[in-house]
Amino acid sequence: MARNGLEIIEGLLEKVEELSGQNVFACYQCGMCSAGCPLTDEMDLLPNQVIRGLQLRDWRTMESNAMWICASCFSCQVRCPKGVDLARLMEAMRQIYLRQQLDHVSIDDMTPEQISKLPQIALVASFRKKTG
Amino acid sequence: MDGLTYFPGCSLKEEAKEFEISAMAVMKALGLPLIEFERWNCCGTVFSLTEDDLMHQLATIRNLIRVQENGSEEIVTLCSMCYNTLKRSSLFVNRDKERLEKINAFMDREQAYEGKVEVRHLLEVLRDRIGWDKVEEAMTHSLEGLSVAPYYGCMLLRPREVGIDDPDNPTIMQDLIEALWATPVEFPFQTECCGSYQVVDRRELIVERTHRILSSARRSGADVVITSCPLCQYNLQKTQSELKETIPTFEEMPVIYFTQLMAVALEVDSGELPSPLLAGLAIEEGVGNGER
Repeated sequence: MARNGLEIIEGLLEKVEELSGQNVFACYQCGMCSAGCPLTDEMDLLPNQVIRGLQLRDWRTMESNAMWICASCFSCQVRCPKGVDLARLMEAMRQIYLRQQLDHVSIDDMTPEQISKLPQIALVASFRKKTG
Repeated sequence: MDGLTYFPGCSLKEEAKEFEISAMAVMKALGLPLIEFERWNCCGTVFSLTEDDLMHQLATIRNLIRVQENGSEEIVTLCSMCYNTLKRSSLFVNRDKERLEKINAFMDREQAYEGKVEVRHLLEVLRDRIGWDKVEEAMTHSLEGLSVAPYYGCMLLRPREVGIDDPDNPTIMQDLIEALWATPVEFPFQTECCGSYQVVDRRELIVERTHRILSSARRSGADVVITSCPLCQYNLQKTQSELKETIPTFEEMPVIYFTQLMAVALEVDSGELPSPLLAGLAIEEGVGNGER
């Protein structure tokens, strides 16, 4: 079990590949994804390190905050020379959590002022990405 | 039909009213009015990226069915996120007939989606159908002297299969700015993500992105930034007051919709514009707001 309550299921790598439709071993670690990612300042693992962790079946990767910081901007996807869609891998990793009922945001933790200040486009997107 | 089958999406009825007001006025002036179709629903804002998730395609496909019921084969959006989600969904089901059959079987009250609706962004219509020369001809108030930085963000350009222009070096908004006789300002952050929905639980991250993006636009000489995404506009405009609290030297930068810029040049209703911008445009309050 990972530290944050996630059950590490057997065949996790295969599940991530199946959900994302991606082959993680296509990645040869050039680092282009991390070089262009606008949000790496906030990540505890760089995007290419996330893929490396998956390749090595190092499940500490699942404890990384990178998947929750990734905003699916597709900068990495358009630049990857090997055609790996990292945004889909990040989504698959989030889905592993969300399908175990481990939500990452909760509307109950937000004040009415916070909610009323935000546009619905942000709320719908956030809850689509971070709740199951 | 004389007009475009228009999908507003949620933001254009609330947070981004100015976008709709200005786009409606501009397209009427250009002779190709936006006609909102009936019974549209939320697009879901983000395209589901998992292979097995058909459920989250229903909202988008239902919209395409409504368009089909309307006898149209095209849907035009203003919001970049709606554009991306609708376009990706249409490709997703067209690529695999089994997916489409499952979705059609599930939605038994609607007609079956036939896979023929083309999803277009208004900028594409302006470039490909109306043409920049026609836009220039329609202009009555030149924007000469105004420096405008286009902020493309993510959803108009990426992934490549749905992008309306080159993902790394787009020109579509520059071309629009030039057609209005304003000066386009290129800056290094024009296609970099603003942080998107992270504003919900990591607002400080967005404030930081706003600082970087708008300071860069300022250094490049921009008077105003234009965008086509209501979430980019919210993030970049609404976090500036918070940014000023921590960095008092930060100079505020108006962030408006591209259609508002067009409305000023065509002297039609632009919706509300930030007042420092009105001063920069050397136009009186009320001009461009349809109150002349």
